[in-house]
Amino acid sequence: MKERAIGWALFACAGLSTLVTAGIVCILLRETLGFFSEVSIVEYLTGTEWTPQFGEKHFGVLPLAAGSLLIATGAAIVAVPIGLLTAIYMSEYARHRTRSVLKPTLELLAGVPTVVYGYFALTFITPLIRQFFPETDIFNAASAAVVVGIMIIPTVSSLSEDALRAVPQALREGAFGLGATKLEVSLRVVVPAALSGIVASFILAISRAVGETMAVSIAAGNLAQLTANPLKSIQTMTAYVVQVSLGDTPQGTIVYQTLFAVAFTLFLITLAMNILSQWVMRRFREVYE
Amino acid sequence: MATVHEIDTGGHAPALEARNLSVFYGEKQAVKDVSLVIPAHQVVALIGPSGCGKSTLLRCFNRMNDLVIGARIEGEVLFHGQNLYDSDVDPVEVRRRIGMVFQKPNPFPKSVYENAAFGPRIQGFKGDLDDLVEESLRAAALWDEVSDRLSESAYTLSGGQQQRLCIARTLAVKPEIVLMDEPASALDPIATQKIEDLIWELKERYTIVIVTHNMQQAARISDYAAFLYMGELIEYGPTDTIFTNPKEERTESYVTGRFG
Ligand SMILES: Nc1ncnc2c1ncn2[C@@H]1O[C@H](COP(=O)(O)OP(=O)(O)OP(=O)(O)O)[C@@H](O)[C@H]1O
Ligand SMILES: [Mg+2]
Repeated sequence: MKERAIGWALFACAGLSTLVTAGIVCILLRETLGFFSEVSIVEYLTGTEWTPQFGEKHFGVLPLAAGSLLIATGAAIVAVPIGLLTAIYMSEYARHRTRSVLKPTLELLAGVPTVVYGYFALTFITPLIRQFFPETDIFNAASAAVVVGIMIIPTVSSLSEDALRAVPQALREGAFGLGATKLEVSLRVVVPAALSGIVASFILAISRAVGETMAVSIAAGNLAQLTANPLKSIQTMTAYVVQVSLGDTPQGTIVYQTLFAVAFTLFLITLAMNILSQWVMRRFREVYE
Repeated sequence: MATVHEIDTGGHAPALEARNLSVFYGEKQAVKDVSLVIPAHQVVALIGPSGCGKSTLLRCFNRMNDLVIGARIEGEVLFHGQNLYDSDVDPVEVRRRIGMVFQKPNPFPKSVYENAAFGPRIQGFKGDLDDLVEESLRAAALWDEVSDRLSESAYTLSGGQQQRLCIARTLAVKPEIVLMDEPASALDPIATQKIEDLIWELKERYTIVIVTHNMQQAARISDYAAFLYMGELIEYGPTDTIFTNPKEERTESYVTGRFG
């Protein structure tokens, strides 16, 4: 009797979170459809100006998408090599003791509130960049990309490490037995064998970078412009959502609806990346079976 | 109790010589003061019940135990007069000259070709790699079966073919000695037969040390046999003698299947 009650309670909890997720998607979808009844999808996807709050309104999402892309690319440039090398070190080189210190420390990186990263970018990274490039905007994509990169290092390193460790010891021994050095074993056997898992960790980390909000709102500026120059102010999709949410935009207006269109776009992008990483991960399971 | 097993090597030069070799895993001693001579161009079988230290001893011969955390080695292994455990010896170099084939086939998740080419590649081999790959696959009696599928994944091969690929991969490095740890134990009788035939051919060019659980196999393929029991080398000599006329009672009861 009691068992059954507990069963039901747990089911209710699980059901509730599923319902909430479904509800969010429904609302997103409804408002997004409302938005697209006024703005053509073609304009949204191909327009190069994003000015919903101005007198002359343009609804081209490209500047925001480019902003997010710039951040994600920059973050990947920081996080992929550092994260992967850290993972290789931890899985192949580090002694047990070293790893037991290093791993929690790295995971701490993930626990730092993102607002702290934002101010770190603004007060430390930007001045640093300006020493080399004095014309850098106060709010710029590069500084935000660097901190977002630092933020996602644990995602890359921890998932890549799992993938590397899953490689059977027998493969390492086989390579050592042929007179391979530790570096050759790591780079020519273990990393290739774990490649799909490693790639999946990259994708997941980049999807986190795309979804990152607070640090980019603070450090990257709020100027939706289509540029590839990381030293300029930009606006990402997430930062736009924050900006509009914080203002007093009346419900039902077109500006209000842009919020949902952008959020929905973001949702689709991260969903696609998550599915992609799952798919890559599953493929890799079969490699050395 | 340091028994040096001087054996008649039938005019064969020694390829390897263990002197008072002991191996410890933490507190536990897995190999106890073993001394033996491996004659060149012969097949030497290490036999004994499970857990007696056969694999551990074998792995001393090319410093694979270096990879095991907590393993400690005492004594010497002489190879061309050089102790492999001297501080100036590079284990990577040792393993290039003394190759190893493992119990379970462990090809790399790469193509058949890349598996065979792996060793030469990491050594910066300058000659014709295609030739070397073919030569190695032929030497491992695998060429005819895989010559038209070199670019396929090694995992598409059968277990027996995979094991021969692992042998080919080892031969491609041109070692002097090949160590084999129960190379056929994961294979069916036909694949086992192929590996045994192969070993017979390989001894022309290589010295082979093989661990096996299978008494008939040891009797069929080896020239010398070493019986280990609880880490100790109980008896070592020509295979015929070990199997038909052993000096030690424990050897006799083991080879006749009364224990182990
Ligand atoms: N990495 C290790 N750490 C601790 N003890 C080990 C390790 N490897 C082997 N041993 C122990 O050392 C002893 C000898 O092991 P070994 O693997 O050499 O035996 P074996 O004769 O090859 O046995 P089998 O025929 O089952 O393969 C065993 O008691 C085993 O438990
Ligand atoms: Mg063994």
